[in-house]
Amino acid sequence: MEGLNQDSVSHEMGMHTEPLTGRDIKTMFTLENEGGYGYHDAFDVDYNKRAEINADNMEANEVNNQIRDLMADGHGTIVIKNPGAKHSIAVGILNRLNLIIEGSLGYFGVGLLDGPNVRITGRVGWSCAENMMAGTIVIEKNAGSTFGAALRGGDLVCKGSVGSRTGIDMKGGSIIVGGDTGAFSGFMMQRGRMLVCGNAGKNLGDSMYDGTIYIGGEIRDLGVDAVPAELTDQDKAWLTRKLKQYELLPKKGVDHFTKIVAGKQLWNYDNLEPTEKKIVL
Amino acid sequence: MCGIAGLIHRKGTSNVGGEMTAMLQALKHRGPDSTGFAVYGKPGKDEHVLRFKVAEQEELSTGFHIHQEIKERRAEVDALLKEVGVKVKKEEQATEYAYRYRISYGGDMKQLADRIEDINGAEILSIGNSLELIKDLGDATVVSDQYGLGKFEGTHAIGHTRMATESDVDIRSAHPYWAYPYNDIAVVHNGQITNYWLMRRHLERSGQRFVSNCDSELLAVYTAVNLEKGISLEESLRMSIEEIDGVFTYLVTTRNELGMAKDTMAAKPMVLYEADDLVALASEEVAIRAVLPHEIDTYDPYDEEVRVWKA
Repeated sequence: MEGLNQDSVSHEMGMHTEPLTGRDIKTMFTLENEGGYGYHDAFDVDYNKRAEINADNMEANEVNNQIRDLMADGHGTIVIKNPGAKHSIAVGILNRLNLIIEGSLGYFGVGLLDGPNVRITGRVGWSCAENMMAGTIVIEKNAGSTFGAALRGGDLVCKGSVGSRTGIDMKGGSIIVGGDTGAFSGFMMQRGRMLVCGNAGKNLGDSMYDGTIYIGGEIRDLGVDAVPAELTDQDKAWLTRKLKQYELLPKKGVDHFTKIVAGKQLWNYDNLEPTEKKIVL
Repeated sequence: MCGIAGLIHRKGTSNVGGEMTAMLQALKHRGPDSTGFAVYGKPGKDEHVLRFKVAEQEELSTGFHIHQEIKERRAEVDALLKEVGVKVKKEEQATEYAYRYRISYGGDMKQLADRIEDINGAEILSIGNSLELIKDLGDATVVSDQYGLGKFEGTHAIGHTRMATESDVDIRSAHPYWAYPYNDIAVVHNGQITNYWLMRRHLERSGQRFVSNCDSELLAVYTAVNLEKGISLEESLRMSIEEIDGVFTYLVTTRNELGMAKDTMAAKPMVLYEADDLVALASEEVAIRAVLPHEIDTYDPYDEEVRVWKA
């Protein structure tokens, strides 16, 4: 790894090398500013200032409003107790925050996050962490389907198994799964990395545009245009680092992982427009 | 969208009526149009429970002489039962239009069912040795209170909260579906069956009868026909994944079993909690939490997954 910069490492790992740019980065963040990557209206919070929310008899919007009120009051560590598998808890947090959820979430939990570090001691339902931009989410138990759909950045970790269509349409970031993943995982994946220690269901990586999938167990079958690729030293170094970070590194290491990338043979990789292609063919 | 739920006690009985009410109430947001229950109590010795109705709820507000007609229809049913030799041991009236009879009858149940349903407005909700099927418009609490389900003691149950998308908001189109005319088989379903008419015509040609135009009824009849042929519930569920097209997650109950199947796309949700004494499933974990409020381990069954549990 020595002597390699970010571009060359990603190139070695078979990924695109163009710099990430986008409207969000240009309009919302200014690297030169003292605030760095914070939103202009983000709350200034202190991680040592801790508060608890008992969600037992609260609606999701009440919990979410209370999180916001606590952040406005400078609380940087918030513990949610008794979430009771309710839906849409802790969504839309665009702030530095240490969030601990003691229990399980229902559907659409911790979606649309940009920045917080979240630990969930229970399970999450469908569509956890949709559209996450940055931060980390660590789930101790299982997760439902469409885990990390349209993920843009950050680390999304499930130490148990996840449902179907994991990382559908993901555009960046990393999804890390300690157990198995279901059918159509990585469907239409565009960027980012998915790491599954266990088995993968059918149609893995179906119609993926780009990005990389690593599977530690058996793959039932590959989807359209998903192809195996060589596991390089850079891949192994990244896998080892990430799995160690989340205490998921298998005793036998990472050499057995299978790497899957886009074959880029679908029509959308053709330089010709469909009408032009018809003429050529 | 619809919500489905099921539970089975593997080491005895419990208040499954109250438990299913709580589960379905937690799923109200998935379908507020109607709610239905299939609950399994202690099998009666040489007797069946007949649940039937003689009108739709909406008829009460639109029918000009409906109250008198309801009385006349029920009298017709009573006369028929007497005529064919059905011994009615106990009669209960849950609503003005829905009844529960405990009966003893040694004849052909299919013929009996056909003759009852020949009476204008009469529809059998279930005939069961241990099954009782209740469905009506409204949320789970309303229906449960109306039919006195809150203290129903039994081993297992399934239920459904319906958001009507393809057929009417009426009792006939509500779930669960009893597998006419087979005893003790009921189905709840979340999804859409795309080869419904093809499969229905195939079953109708073999003599089966459908009482609604709801695609979910197909699963009940399909399962019952398979079980009648001696095919196990588990095998029938596996066959359905191959033979039935569309997106579906469904639950089936027999006298002593609860089964589930998930289609090849796994497009419809199901959360499963499994312990030695209790298995509970629902479209959302929040429904399971309605009966198990403490932290539990659950997971989503995968595509093409089939499971069967015995009471």
